[in-house]
Amino acid sequence: MTRGARLAEWVALYAASIVAALALASVIVETTGGDWWPVMEALVDGSIMAPGRWGETLGVAVPLLLVALGTVISAKAGLINIGQEGQLLIGAAFAVYFSFLIGGPGPLNLVIIMLFGALGGAVWASVAGLLRFWRGVPEVLSTLLLVTVSAQAIGYGLKQDWLLLAPGGDRGNRNQVSSQLADDNRIPRPDLFGNEFPITVYLAVALAVVVAYVLARTVWGFRLRMLGHNARAAQRAGVSSTAYGASALAIGGAFAGLAGAAMFAGGGFSFGNYQLVPGFSDNIGWTGLLVALVARERALPAVVAAFVFAGLRTGAGFVNSTGVESRITDVVQGLLVLALLVPPAVIFLRDRRRARAAATERV
Amino acid sequence: MLIDFFSAVGDVLSSESTYINGALFAALLAFAATGEWVAEKSGTLNISVEAMLLSGAFAGALGYHFTDSVAVAIVLGAIGGLLIAIVQAEMSHRLTADQFVVGLTLNILVFGLAGFLDREIDPQATFATKLEIPLLVDIPLFGEALFGEPWPFYLLYGLVPFSWWLVFRTRWGLELRAAGENPQSADVSGIDVNRRRRQSIYYAGLTSGLGGAFFLFARLAAFDDSIIGGRGFIAIAAVIFGGWTLWGTMGGCILFAGALSFQLSLQGLGYDLNAELLQALPFLVTIGAMAIFAKRVRPPAALARPFIRGLK
Repeated sequence: MTRGARLAEWVALYAASIVAALALASVIVETTGGDWWPVMEALVDGSIMAPGRWGETLGVAVPLLLVALGTVISAKAGLINIGQEGQLLIGAAFAVYFSFLIGGPGPLNLVIIMLFGALGGAVWASVAGLLRFWRGVPEVLSTLLLVTVSAQAIGYGLKQDWLLLAPGGDRGNRNQVSSQLADDNRIPRPDLFGNEFPITVYLAVALAVVVAYVLARTVWGFRLRMLGHNARAAQRAGVSSTAYGASALAIGGAFAGLAGAAMFAGGGFSFGNYQLVPGFSDNIGWTGLLVALVARERALPAVVAAFVFAGLRTGAGFVNSTGVESRITDVVQGLLVLALLVPPAVIFLRDRRRARAAATERV
Repeated sequence: MLIDFFSAVGDVLSSESTYINGALFAALLAFAATGEWVAEKSGTLNISVEAMLLSGAFAGALGYHFTDSVAVAIVLGAIGGLLIAIVQAEMSHRLTADQFVVGLTLNILVFGLAGFLDREIDPQATFATKLEIPLLVDIPLFGEALFGEPWPFYLLYGLVPFSWWLVFRTRWGLELRAAGENPQSADVSGIDVNRRRRQSIYYAGLTSGLGGAFFLFARLAAFDDSIIGGRGFIAIAAVIFGGWTLWGTMGGCILFAGALSFQLSLQGLGYDLNAELLQALPFLVTIGAMAIFAKRVRPPAALARPFIRGLK
């Protein structure tokens, strides 16, 4: 089969799946008495077209991409980390706690926020790593279970004034909220063509390139991939599954924690207004995991996927004005992810069938 | 402080509603966990239990809205759970898509869809009639909790032993367990591994859908998208906590339901104890139990490993 035909097959399959997903969503909207086209228009307007919106979308894409990059790293080592939502929350909590404990002038405090955010995520993921490599508890289960624990821990911390709760005078009549980050401690949001977005966008994209490079071109990345492909062979070749696996989990968690810190200090679309509140993570961790998996665990495609998923989120804000319940965007997002999973699977199965047919022909 | 604590515990334990709520939570968890246990026995790990429960509850609400019959609604609830199971099974054990992505996506999708349709249709539900077993229901404290429940509750008394029989006493169950323990060998001996896995997920969908519909008619009588509120994950925790034995799983359901209802009663009686700790308790206990017993308790050997013939 020629390369062109193969590419055409990929494109056709992806196009068909996406169209099918959107068609299904339109059927759902139309049968409940809504109009589909305005919803689509609102999605596009809210995510890119309307003034200032692509900046918003970029701001949402940052934590998604960071979470996804961490997921890529742990997945490459053959570990299934599905607890990003919790690692992100703990990262944000560390960032909040230490930024108010240590403090410092603007840029220095930002460094503290980022470092401790990453540390928090790494610590939380390392709990799962410890359980995995010391006690043999599957990391799939422990990371999943730790998500709820982290949400409750944050809820508890936000009730204690020696942990995260803002001192009485600063919080008005709200009772579960952290202090607000001072103006000069926030991540700058310069204006570009009428769009405002935090400069962490550049950091996130740079990190994507770094992750892609490290995984593809360094010894450490090679060993990590080896571990993921065949743990036994890697062990024989001198790759310690404990050292590499645990560090991959910790780094994956660090990325999620960094995402939490970036959400806290970066402001923008619905990210708690420079404060930590219950439900702060707002499914960014789960969505970031989906971004990584839709990008098929590769760093650079994750950049694109993160932007698309962020667009669905920012676009959702505009859907309400069409008279259709904005929850439809969750449906669109879910259907799109399912649709994106189909083409690679179909092609994988078809390739195998072709290979088998070719093998029997030769005999 | 300590005296406060003990008087709170005493008050909660002597309040009948603690037991009634506890039994309802335990039943919800048990419906879901029984199915999930069967599915995990075949080597799959479905984090879409949450979606199956929610879908069951919503399908139940729709069913009652259009037919005014709780029985029909309960059946529709089971079908609602089955629909999600079909998507999960076909995507991850026929098309070989990653089961966690599919599960997570389904959770988001069903949460969105149920919320969306709830606003658009606004189905009405009701309380199912209670079936009181004479004499036994008069036992103080837990009589009503065990013997005065809405009728779908009693389906559990049949479902749990039936599931055990299915897994351990039928050929189908043997093949299922083989698929979960050693899929390569099972495949060589002629068992269609992925087919058994799909079927086990269908079973989980049916029981979870049943559980979701039961909870709707037993506790709230009105659909709300937060009706399940993460309890699907507690059901998964119960299976793990039970060390992949059915009786252990049921023990986990009762223990975790106890923690949930304990917290609810505390609030109801006006105590301000550490609610977060109680909510996190099922997960902490499960993680602790796994850490302590991980070397002794053995999950199905191929748990959460996809089977693709020729690849290990």
